[in-house]
Amino acid sequence: MNSIFNFLMILLILLNFRLLSSSRLIPCIHTFVMQAVILTLVAWLTHRHNLNIHLIILMSVNVILKAIALPWMLSRVAHKRAISRELDPIVGYTASLIIGALLLGISVLISQPLYLSHTAVENFFLPISLFTIFSGLFITIARKKAITQVLGYMVMENGIYTFGMAMAIHEPFIVELSVLLDIFVAVLIMGVAIFHISREFDHMDTDRLSVLRDL
Amino acid sequence: MAIWLLLLVPAAAGLFCFLSRSSSLCRYILCMAAVFHFLLVTWLWTHHGKTIPSAWIGLDDVGLLFLSITSLLFLGSSVYTFGYLKAEAQGHRKDLEENIFFKNSHDSVFTGCLLLFLSTMTLVTVSRHLGLMWVAIEATTLSSAPLIYYHRHHRSLEAVWKYILICSIGIALAMLGNFFIVVAGSEIGDTGNLLSLGELTANASNLNPTWLKAAFVLCFVGYGTKMGLAPMHNWLPDAHSEAPSSVSALLSGALLNCAFLVLLRIHVVMIAAGLGQTSSQLFVLLGLISLVFAAVFIIGQKDFKRMLAYSSVEHMGIIALGIGIGGIGISGSIFHAINHSLVKGMLFMTAGNIMTAYQTKNIDSVRGLLYTRPITAMLWLAGSIAIIGSPPFGTFLSELTILGGMIDTHRYGVAAVYLLTLGIIFAALSAKVLPMIFLRPTGELGQENPLPGPEPAWSVAPLAVFGIFALILGVYMPPWLSKVLDEITRYVGGQ
Repeated sequence: MNSIFNFLMILLILLNFRLLSSSRLIPCIHTFVMQAVILTLVAWLTHRHNLNIHLIILMSVNVILKAIALPWMLSRVAHKRAISRELDPIVGYTASLIIGALLLGISVLISQPLYLSHTAVENFFLPISLFTIFSGLFITIARKKAITQVLGYMVMENGIYTFGMAMAIHEPFIVELSVLLDIFVAVLIMGVAIFHISREFDHMDTDRLSVLRDL
Repeated sequence: MAIWLLLLVPAAAGLFCFLSRSSSLCRYILCMAAVFHFLLVTWLWTHHGKTIPSAWIGLDDVGLLFLSITSLLFLGSSVYTFGYLKAEAQGHRKDLEENIFFKNSHDSVFTGCLLLFLSTMTLVTVSRHLGLMWVAIEATTLSSAPLIYYHRHHRSLEAVWKYILICSIGIALAMLGNFFIVVAGSEIGDTGNLLSLGELTANASNLNPTWLKAAFVLCFVGYGTKMGLAPMHNWLPDAHSEAPSSVSALLSGALLNCAFLVLLRIHVVMIAAGLGQTSSQLFVLLGLISLVFAAVFIIGQKDFKRMLAYSSVEHMGIIALGIGIGGIGISGSIFHAINHSLVKGMLFMTAGNIMTAYQTKNIDSVRGLLYTRPITAMLWLAGSIAIIGSPPFGTFLSELTILGGMIDTHRYGVAAVYLLTLGIIFAALSAKVLPMIFLRPTGELGQENPLPGPEPAWSVAPLAVFGIFALILGVYMPPWLSKVLDEITRYVGGQ
């Protein structure tokens, strides 16, 4: 079992690097789907001995939302507005890769004092979910297109949520579901906003969104 | 039961507004729901001892206080909105600042989102579970985003994009913080419902301090973004300046307080875990940074709504500072939250009146308010005097109390920065506001400057009520309020 777990972890690292380095949007969305599936699989692996009905429902809702609904919405926006790639990001793709490597290092360093002695989860897990969160944050900051920023937000959120599920967090069921609902609506509203942005400005580079400033 | 009504009635009314297509019906529903909410909250003041708190939902003193502020402010702003929506032109119209045309979103969407916004803010104040609070705070972001985009043009679109992206990312970090709290408690045997406040405080001393500290930092960054503490405040001036004025009043007076309430609750957990020192330091640090940022940006500000928005950053800084100082600073800071909400609600809506009269947000273009709109001018003057913390308004007392807290704990450096920034803001705001009111307009009346015009009751009455409340709090502290403030101080752990 350990080897499967480790294999998934390494796959996650590679997927993060792929997200950081790819300029094409649709493959990025596909990578996100793979990531969501793997992360849910990890959560399932850590809980496989004490599965209950709530957990199963949560995981299926999670997969349906993050691997089907949200990516479908994003790719619809991308198709409709004919966006295929991010041409000039704020931070270039090579630089993004190098920064990604640094982020991985930082995640490992941060997780040193925060070790998880008590759970079934391997020591590997914390640095990697942190790395996913950091890469998501970095993508939101370093890309110009509104749609890529939303993708970054989703990656980050994915990392956080899976961390929670794998940590055996027993929040009340209804709260867990509302968290997922909130995230769904958030991305929905962001999608609507992207539509308006691209109609208003004829494209969706957020660096044009710079009328409101004080410096 | 009463709490459920508070949550469900506005939500149901909001959904009904979405479905109905009649603008006037929506306006009446908005006002009726606001009045109902307010009456129910007033009733709760006399009866709230009888409501039994469950693990998730319940009202304690601090929750009830913040709920009352929200409810009062919503009532005032819904009266204002009632008249505002009626007066707004339908169809395409010209923008104030640029030569573009835009139209408003539909009234039913606007009122529906306002009511959902009320319901979600109520949920923040009544929830006793950190996970539920997270859901509620994120829901406030989502329900208020369409409100900011009421005027459909590119500036409000930019504002709403920044608002939703920055706040969602912040709140996502707060969720990580929640998970860290659970991890911190995983060595406690039965962690059935650890995130509920009661269990968390009871088990606080058994939490793992390293994880708890990390959790607090994450939550602080997350909810601090929503509260508008610098340097995470970037969304705030844009959203406040582009939203319709009654929405700005709600964002500033009610929403920021809700985020603060969540931080306060986590602070209480930190104190119970013996880590109060760490969290207090963070409150003081970010409070000071917010004060400095606000002072710097108010000096050069040309837009009066943005000026008010930075003043909100300043006041959130003061509130955070008071909590960080502890002792009497805590009651000072809660009292300040009340005063700030009243005054800022009044000021933002007055700013809306000025915009309607002068068709601009530029400070330099507004002159001779006293001659064109005398009542608005008096409200603007009174509000400005209150917001810079002069007597006889309540803000003066609360700022003084916080200063007293600093002197008590011998934090003279903090007190010096506090006084310096308040002084700068005092001077800068006066220099901007006084010419707007008193300077005689240079050009002919009626060409560049508006003619003296009517000031309908809906646009001044709620503001005057807020102003009078702020004034009363400055000269007379009702005994029930001081009792509640003492209770809250005890709850937060001061003496």
